[in-house]
Amino acid sequence: MAGYVAKRVAQSLLALLGVSVVVFALIHLVPGDPVRTALGTRFDQELYEVLRARAGLDQPLVVQYFDWLFRALQGDLGVSFRTGQPVTEALMQRLPATALLAVSAVLVGLVIALPAGIISAVRQGKVSDYVANAFSQIGVSIPDFWYGILLILLFAQTLRWLPPFGYTSLLEDPVDGLQRLIMPALTTGVVTGAILTRFVRSSVLEAMNSEHVRFARAKGLPQRHVFRHHVLRNAWNPIVTITGLQLGTLLGGIVVVEVVFAWPGIGRLALTAVERRDYPVLQGAVLLIAAAFLIINLVVDLLYAKLDPRIRSS
Amino acid sequence: MADDPILSVRDLHVSFRTKRGLARVVRGLDYDLHAGETLAIVGESGSGKSVSTLAMTKLIPMPPGQVSGEVWLGDDDLVPLSEKHLLHYRGRRIGYVFQDPMTSLNPVHPIGRQLTEGMRYHLELSDEEIRERAIDLLQKVGIPSPEKRLDDYPHQFSGGMRQRVVIAIGLSCDPEVLVADEATTALDVTTQAQIVELIGRLQDELGMGVIWITHDLGVVAGIADRVLVMYAGQVVEAADVDALYARPRHPYTVGLMRSLPVLGDLERRDLASIPGLPPSPTALPEGCAFHPRCAFRDDDRCATEAPPLRDIGDGHLIRSFYEVPEEIAQEAAAEARIEIEPPDADDVGDAAAEVGSRSGRGGET
Amino acid sequence: MSDDRPDQPPSDEPAEEPRQPSAEQPELERPEGEHRPQWRQTLAILLSNRAAAVGLVVLIVMVLTAVFADQLIRFPINEDNIANRFAPPSADHWFGTDDLGRDVYSRVVMGARVSLQVAAISVTISLVAGTLLGLIAGYRGGWLDTVTMRAVDVAFAFPAVLLAIALVAVFGPSLRNTMIAIGIVFTPIFARVVRGSVLSVREDLYIRAIRSLGASDGRIILRHVLPNVAAPVIVQTSLSLAFAILLEAALSFVGAGVQRPTPAWGLMLADAQRFIAQGWWLSVFPGMAIFVTVMAFNLMGDGLRDALDPRQRTLIEARGAGGGEDE
Repeated sequence: MAGYVAKRVAQSLLALLGVSVVVFALIHLVPGDPVRTALGTRFDQELYEVLRARAGLDQPLVVQYFDWLFRALQGDLGVSFRTGQPVTEALMQRLPATALLAVSAVLVGLVIALPAGIISAVRQGKVSDYVANAFSQIGVSIPDFWYGILLILLFAQTLRWLPPFGYTSLLEDPVDGLQRLIMPALTTGVVTGAILTRFVRSSVLEAMNSEHVRFARAKGLPQRHVFRHHVLRNAWNPIVTITGLQLGTLLGGIVVVEVVFAWPGIGRLALTAVERRDYPVLQGAVLLIAAAFLIINLVVDLLYAKLDPRIRSS
Repeated sequence: MADDPILSVRDLHVSFRTKRGLARVVRGLDYDLHAGETLAIVGESGSGKSVSTLAMTKLIPMPPGQVSGEVWLGDDDLVPLSEKHLLHYRGRRIGYVFQDPMTSLNPVHPIGRQLTEGMRYHLELSDEEIRERAIDLLQKVGIPSPEKRLDDYPHQFSGGMRQRVVIAIGLSCDPEVLVADEATTALDVTTQAQIVELIGRLQDELGMGVIWITHDLGVVAGIADRVLVMYAGQVVEAADVDALYARPRHPYTVGLMRSLPVLGDLERRDLASIPGLPPSPTALPEGCAFHPRCAFRDDDRCATEAPPLRDIGDGHLIRSFYEVPEEIAQEAAAEARIEIEPPDADDVGDAAAEVGSRSGRGGET
Repeated sequence: MSDDRPDQPPSDEPAEEPRQPSAEQPELERPEGEHRPQWRQTLAILLSNRAAAVGLVVLIVMVLTAVFADQLIRFPINEDNIANRFAPPSADHWFGTDDLGRDVYSRVVMGARVSLQVAAISVTISLVAGTLLGLIAGYRGGWLDTVTMRAVDVAFAFPAVLLAIALVAVFGPSLRNTMIAIGIVFTPIFARVVRGSVLSVREDLYIRAIRSLGASDGRIILRHVLPNVAAPVIVQTSLSLAFAILLEAALSFVGAGVQRPTPAWGLMLADAQRFIAQGWWLSVFPGMAIFVTVMAFNLMGDGLRDALDPRQRTLIEARGAGGGEDE
């Protein structure tokens, strides 16, 4: 187990290093002088010099990279070309909204996918199976932002039950916060649920068809016991894995839904940074999301190993 | 064996509804099993031998499976029983041991838990008693220091050791009947011999009836009291083991015997195996089901008229109009027997080495 | 591995590739391990799958729409008519008009051309680049393989939407750059799929044998490896086309893709949301177009996977043959 953990951690660190190179390269791939471009019409020689020096753009590339990496490791991701705000601070302000939405989406997804996937597997070929399949097929094909717009059209525009967009911290005003969370969480949650339904179904089916289930039945155990301890328990590992991966993907993948609902998350921060050519902010956002994805993957893998005795003891 | 049988199967039929029509997998099976007796059911894969024992307690998917006939276990007929009632028979009164110990055990639970979960449902014992019984069972099947191994997971055991665990599970509730379904097929030769010996010893000790399902007539001679040879869902020959090996009558039995690998002459297997494939259970041939592959077919009668199962004396039954000529039959049986003499340790070692080197070379050609 | 191989007799070769026994490459018995798809059978299975057949029909309709868009539109797509803004669907304007009084139906029809063009070109980019990378990595192995696969790992750490946005930010937003960005984003997926199948056939006895007989690498790849990776690549292509359409729409929606006034479905939805109070038809029809097209590609992809997966095929055959104890 210790060897496995060490190996996975090393792999993740290596990937993270690769990610950092890509993120660093981002600013240097832009044609022309990024600071000049970012400042645009507000050009001011003094500010220009300061920003260039702050971004370390006068140094040789390799020096710049390690300098940047070293500071990033200390939590210093530079300052915004536009506002002068430290990038780390901007990210921390936006992280709660994104995290809240991602976690809510996964919860909504699980609430849908666990019953739908299990019923669909158990009643394979029956009507409920077809319904679940149709749902997941629709869910993976529907553009989430369109579906979000339809929700706004229905619940905000027509029925006037919910505010059409915006975010309120749950800590400040739980009622308003929750009301504003419902539509974005449903939008991402249903799509996530559709993806998860497929995995739950196939994991349960695979477990159901395994030989040890037949043997457990041959022991004279009641159906319910067999299902709980020999089907669900075995299907659980892949389900946990894929749910974790979905969470990782969502953290960076809800840019578009954040735009639809004017949700002040990391994705929208990144997008705004693109529009304003605010490269340090874009770099910071991309780095954070990729790092979060790698870390979640790592945690999921280690969790999987914990759940699976075959890896645990090796 | 004059006492009443513990298990009587009468006119058992098992079929599956499929897209290509009804697949008749078992077609009218009759046999008795007595306490302490070992019945071997022999046939190729698809002959219905395995399904017939699973269907006794409806361990087949239903639907599309259907079961009819009678399965008397003591005074109870299992066929009309509901799923709920059958739970009292599965594992409790009919124990099962399946082919592949690698897949029979659930990888995510410790073996102790898998061994005791059936006992918890079936036996009215305290947790402490169940634990003692589990240790005792593991001891019986030859697992060293069992009390330390209850919390180990299946992957921590070798294939042979896992099969011992599976056997312990099969025996855990003291069943009257143990079904060993290809229980040694997935194991190497040495381990096979050990497992065969183990089941024989436990049978003497516990007095249960054993149904030994195999495609390998070689294994059978050393362990069985009586043999059923199945083909296309029916018994084609049934006899006490000595009678069968003294004089096999049915062309299929002789074919099976001749297709056995003989030590020192493994090439024979290919030369003498039965031509063709078993028929599909949805499209059984007219007449005798075996006639398209039969080397002793005599006339058109085999292709038009289904032969009945007839008794030729002393409980020796055959389902054929024609018997295999005596010299050929005896030669085949004698060859088959060479391999099945209870091997001593050296022989087994040689056999394993021989088989190993053969398959090693075979891989390169 | 042996159980997911098709039980096809060697004689059942696809007609597309006649084999020519020659001195330098003697006829070898093709082993059962070949994953080569059987085209005719594949098509039959595909069409017997109702969902996939529906997907195929929808796709044909979509492609025809894109091709004949000029004939199908009812108004010039960029002709403003401020006097007739936000007109609801009518006999004249089937899908209503937008904030500039443009005909939504005509724009949705023309949008099919934009969407399919972006999807086709970007997926072609990733298909070619990814297949090359995967072939080289898988066939050559060694450090090339290690480097490529670690790079693929890194690429997978970025969410597709974000990576595409970042790339468009670097290149500058335009139709062309959107296609390039999506092409780059999808390349690692193809590289991984191809490498996986190359690895699984590379060590096949059959390929080892013809290599030992002196066949050149190029010939082996072209004649023996590529046909074997075809099945997973075809499936991946169909699914990627679906995802490319979604991704392009999303990019255009957030302003990091195709630019106005091109009638891209995503752009139309962005405008629709701005004027959400003015009319439901603005959002419903373009969104429906995306949804239907993506769904069609997904249904096709799933159908193709089932049809090309040898395990699935044997399953169907086994089911047809009916039960027995080996089920």
